[in-house]
Amino acid sequence: MSVVEEHHLFEPMIVAFCCNWCSYAGADLAGTGRMSYPANVRIVRVPCSSRVSPNFILRAFQRGADAVVVAGCHPGDCHYVSGNYHARRRFSALRRFLEFVGIETERFEIHWISASEGNKFAAIMKDVTDKIRVLGPNRKLRDVR
Amino acid sequence: MKITTAQLNGELKAEIAQISGEHVADCYQCGKCSAACPVNEYMDILPHQVLRLLQLGMTEKVLESKTIWVCAACFTCAGRCPRDVDLAVVMEALRAVLLRKREGSRLKGEEMPALLRKGMPEQGIVSGFRKYTK
Amino acid sequence: MRRIGVFVCWCGTNIGATVDLETVMEKARQMPGVVFAGDNKYMCSEIGQTLIRDTIVQERLDRVVVASCSPRMHELTFRKTAAAAGLNPYLVEIANIREHCSWVHKDKAEATQKAISLVRTAVAKAARNKPLQADQFAVTHRALVIGAGIAGIQAALDIGETGFEVDLVERTPSIGGRMAQLDKTFPTLDCSACILTPKMVDVAVHPKINLYTYSEIEAVEGYVGNFEVTLRQKARSIDKEKCTGCGICYEKCPSKVDGEFEEGMSKRKAIYVPFPQAVPNVPVIDRENCRWFTKEKCGVCKKVCPADAVDFEQSDQLIKQKYGAIVVATGFDLVDLDEFGEFGYGKHPDIITSMEFERLVNASGPTGGKLLRPSNQEPPRNVVFIHCVGSRDKSRGKPYCSKICCMYTAKHAILLKEKYPKSQAYVFYIDVRTAGKEFEEFHRRAVEEYGAAYLRGIVGKVFPSGDKLLVNGVDTLSNQTVELEADLVVLATAITPRRDAAALGRMLGIGTDGHNYFVEAHPKLRPVESHTAGIFLAGTCQGPRDIPETVAQAGGAAAKAIALLSKETLLSDPCVSNVNESLCTGCLACLPVCPYKAISEKTITEKVHGQERRRLVAEINNALCQGCGACSTACRPGAMNLLGFTNEQLLAEVDAICL
Repeated sequence: MSVVEEHHLFEPMIVAFCCNWCSYAGADLAGTGRMSYPANVRIVRVPCSSRVSPNFILRAFQRGADAVVVAGCHPGDCHYVSGNYHARRRFSALRRFLEFVGIETERFEIHWISASEGNKFAAIMKDVTDKIRVLGPNRKLRDVR
Repeated sequence: MKITTAQLNGELKAEIAQISGEHVADCYQCGKCSAACPVNEYMDILPHQVLRLLQLGMTEKVLESKTIWVCAACFTCAGRCPRDVDLAVVMEALRAVLLRKREGSRLKGEEMPALLRKGMPEQGIVSGFRKYTK
Repeated sequence: MRRIGVFVCWCGTNIGATVDLETVMEKARQMPGVVFAGDNKYMCSEIGQTLIRDTIVQERLDRVVVASCSPRMHELTFRKTAAAAGLNPYLVEIANIREHCSWVHKDKAEATQKAISLVRTAVAKAARNKPLQADQFAVTHRALVIGAGIAGIQAALDIGETGFEVDLVERTPSIGGRMAQLDKTFPTLDCSACILTPKMVDVAVHPKINLYTYSEIEAVEGYVGNFEVTLRQKARSIDKEKCTGCGICYEKCPSKVDGEFEEGMSKRKAIYVPFPQAVPNVPVIDRENCRWFTKEKCGVCKKVCPADAVDFEQSDQLIKQKYGAIVVATGFDLVDLDEFGEFGYGKHPDIITSMEFERLVNASGPTGGKLLRPSNQEPPRNVVFIHCVGSRDKSRGKPYCSKICCMYTAKHAILLKEKYPKSQAYVFYIDVRTAGKEFEEFHRRAVEEYGAAYLRGIVGKVFPSGDKLLVNGVDTLSNQTVELEADLVVLATAITPRRDAAALGRMLGIGTDGHNYFVEAHPKLRPVESHTAGIFLAGTCQGPRDIPETVAQAGGAAAKAIALLSKETLLSDPCVSNVNESLCTGCLACLPVCPYKAISEKTITEKVHGQERRRLVAEINNALCQGCGACSTACRPGAMNLLGFTNEQLLAEVDAICL
């Protein structure tokens, strides 16, 4: 089997942490608007993007997730005033750490998706899935099981 | 006037959009470009009509007009447009379509010294280059 | 071992058509802790809820997972169902298999696989859910209304009528707002002052309304039911109790400055009442322009005041007050026209904004209601009105439609003709938008009966020529450029929120959009509520609107505030942070990330090897904590944990997803 074919058959597992007020509502809106995106995405609801600990992301990679997306309210629109700013700082550091340990930076993305951006949510999920399909499975950090 | 879907989405319209990088659908026909244009009295169709015809895909009609050559490329329309449509650049794209199809650049670098000696204003030469070269 | 029940909803065909629910239930039964899996056509219906209640009792369930629509839709419904069967409501989890699955995936096999995974995730989380208890807290039965234009006045009256105390705060020396500046109102042409001033008097004499004019909001703390607000009552320099409103002081005052109420069209004194019908009818000294305060001489007002009410020594008062609910009604400003040089505003006195036009035709305005050209005080003959100045303009102005300009320009055209039958109105427009009761009829009247010439196009340049103004425009219907000689040019200037709306929004913790309008909680279904519980919105601070819409919205905001104030207690959300003191090292990394100042330090005493030791730990104020979880993430030893979204729950979810 060629590399291309293998990649084509590969269905990535993508974990998305979505804040309750903007991005989770945006994902709901994508549903209400029947905007389809790949079924590879699983959403974890959190109150705020600042609730997402780097531990959760590392655990996802460790358990075999091929990509992790953190989605929160647009800067300035955080329901909790400043949570997404904390998240932004925290994850720009985490991104460099992931790069350092050898995880492709494409596997970890942060996006700002408002409650009215159902189409943006669907587009990002499609985009991430397509990228990871090409990139292939995540082998770093993964538990040997 | 007959409008067809093919005409509405014509190739020439796409070419002009590509050259200019402008999105003519953004125009809501307020007419500010026509009102502000310093050379509007010499035009056969008004600047806002150029955009309207382009929106409807009647590109040929625009290419036949005198307006695109009367345009002084002064960018007043672009500066005043409430919709951020740079009509001056669209005009340039329209001229470019014709220049590329026909004879090529009408203004040559070597003609410059003579034109300047005749008292042609420098600004005129700049906009002349904008208008007459491909 | 847990006893978890999984309830799967078909949602008619919404879920059932795309997801094989039989397989989902079969797989669910094999998940750890699950002792029951059942389904219903509509789980939220009475039959579905009865199934859940009965099963909780029969199967002795200790956790419930409902696989249905988004938790944002029915989490509360199913929590109440569980509570009715004696289960703690926070032991319910929702698997969102509609919005996040059946509606976005078309392939049945894929969708079924994902639904199973979503149920597994919810089961894993539910297994770690803990019973939580909501605290009760008392509600302060007092409302604050910020801004005393027509919106604030209406809201204050409506709340006051139900018997709750209302504090109405207004920044300027008088209530009345924008509506007080208007002449007539469209489409009925009744006089604005005639319908507003009685309401202003009602406010002034209402036993439950406390008026704070010339006051601003200094700080806001607290939360729904218990806001703690600091007001700054600026020094009026007049003793309100002594002043009789006789007006001798401002007759004698020698300093003149441009009057704000008159939009700068006439002068006022340094000691002044903004307009004759002002409430309260008590003057104020503008200290920046008063000779006593700038040069320490004069003092004429003090000398002439028969009541000895002038008090130069007065200072700003800070007033702290608790409120259960807040209504924000701060109104609008006009956009700055500096960017629009082609209209020549500010370069010629006869080029004016519509607001200035309102003052020029107003019987109590600078010309006593005679519409005169500001340049030579003569009646205008040709008046050019220009729509959409700064509105619908994404390059230099505001991309939105200001909504009221089409109608008030039609009104201006009619008023002009009524004052001067020989005059002519020219209206440059892009579109005429008349969505409203009697609006289209009114606009047509301006055209058909009053002969206003509507030109479909916009103006490119306005410039003075002799004692006239030359207007270069276009009529895009005839495709002709138009040149006009005008005596007066009126610009229908776009409206924006008050310049400091964003700053107030930050103080209150309510969001603003890209143009600084306050954002409603839901654009369709919660249009008068802000995202912050207990804070409601009224009038143009939320978006452009006319007077009847503003009054209706103010009434709606008042009703919401009344519903809140009439409760004795409120239940708090128990999903707040929790400190495990035995793990807390007292590093207090949590303290700076908390946006609500809900974390403080405290010293605990504990026994270590028989010795008493004191050490520092973090402490959460449950009433202040809103449950964002920033502290739980910041906590290094893992002592801080957000209840409902604990580290254990979220990690279990991640594990279940990646299984």
